[in-house]
Amino acid sequence: MSGRTEGGAQAQASQIMLALFLRDIRLSIRAGGGALTGVIFFLAVIATIPFGVGPDLKLLARIGPAILWIGSLLACLLGLDRLFQADREDGSLDLLVLGNDRHILALTVLVKCLAHWAGSVLPLVVAAPLLGLFMNMEPLSIGATALTLLVGTPAITFIGAVGAAVAVALPRGGLLISVLVLPLTIPVLIFGVSASYGAVADPDPFLQPFLILAALTLFLAVLGPVAAALALRHGTD
Amino acid sequence: MRLIAENLGGERGGETVFSGIGFAIEKGQALVVTGPNGSGKSTLLRVIAGLLPKAEGDVRIEGGGETFPTIASACHYLGHLNAMKTALSVTENLRFWRDFNGDGPLGVEEALETVGLGGIGHLPFGYLSTGQRRRAAIAKLLVSHRPLWLLDEPTAGLDKASEARFAGLMAKHCAEGGIVVAATHLPLGIEGMELRMGETG
Repeated sequence: MSGRTEGGAQAQASQIMLALFLRDIRLSIRAGGGALTGVIFFLAVIATIPFGVGPDLKLLARIGPAILWIGSLLACLLGLDRLFQADREDGSLDLLVLGNDRHILALTVLVKCLAHWAGSVLPLVVAAPLLGLFMNMEPLSIGATALTLLVGTPAITFIGAVGAAVAVALPRGGLLISVLVLPLTIPVLIFGVSASYGAVADPDPFLQPFLILAALTLFLAVLGPVAAALALRHGTD
Repeated sequence: MRLIAENLGGERGGETVFSGIGFAIEKGQALVVTGPNGSGKSTLLRVIAGLLPKAEGDVRIEGGGETFPTIASACHYLGHLNAMKTALSVTENLRFWRDFNGDGPLGVEEALETVGLGGIGHLPFGYLSTGQRRRAAIAKLLVSHRPLWLLDEPTAGLDKASEARFAGLMAKHCAEGGIVVAATHLPLGIEGMELRMGETG
């Protein structure tokens, strides 16, 4: 009997979280959402590189994975300030925080992060193979980079959520979030890029850095939302 | 169910806004918090909801049972802001809060008709006027059940007819065993105890 009610509560919780996920996805697609902004910024960064570096196709192919990673890292940071600020400005954040007693705030934050990732960052991962062509990258290299981006970018969102939660009350906190978050994302960048290179440059390993990248994402999926929830809980005013 | 505050104090930015507030509200009763601007009405409501830390004293809910063990889980908080997304339609907004907070006495369409917004649920929330937005936010109180309503200037922007309708909703909520705590400087048209703030200093 108690097992059944527990199962019911779990089903209810997943429904609640699905509703939150769908709402945030809808918001990111509708006017004023961040889905396109990031992709256009990403495109602008990558399209500029060949002009700056020059027409050396071999060099472009060699730096391609690193440039794709740096470009998507910066594009990820671009939309992060709206993660909680939009909810704070219209008062929704108060109600999300009040919901803490029914469904843990960290879970709410996790779902918001996942929705943010799916709405604003996944388009970057999808665009990355196309932009890889701009950098004259090999198909294998493009595939490896896209795969590492798919696995690694959630970690950036989870770290960013902490920054966004800390800076939620600050007007124009976007820059502060970038400064706070960027140093913490360096490990993700390092392992992401080294796994991308490992797939094409023969003596370098692919699997080890890739697994560390996956581990970072999983670890931060727990730590990020818990820390962000703590910051939000004490940041209401 | 009772809402009890004992010697409650609140502060904003390290400065005491109010102190020594005490009340006990039984179910079915309403408390109207009045006072001039800056007397701490909003702060009091946020302290009760637990959105602000209390500087001293205690506020708690008794007899909420397993469903509503704490004030946060037992309350609807209607602040100055409507907590609705301008890019989503009114129905989408309400349906989200209904999903998030749990089912209530009324469905989304019925709640909209109760606040006099029937037939405009498909419009984006951003297209509504100030009074209509407030009414949509009031509909949010109806789509999920919470025994305790914490209302901060609930009638701001409402016309006379809507005010009367909302007074009826509050009276109905109390009659069904709910508790209403409303901060206002306008007469709300409900029977209830009155807490005047900012006078004794």
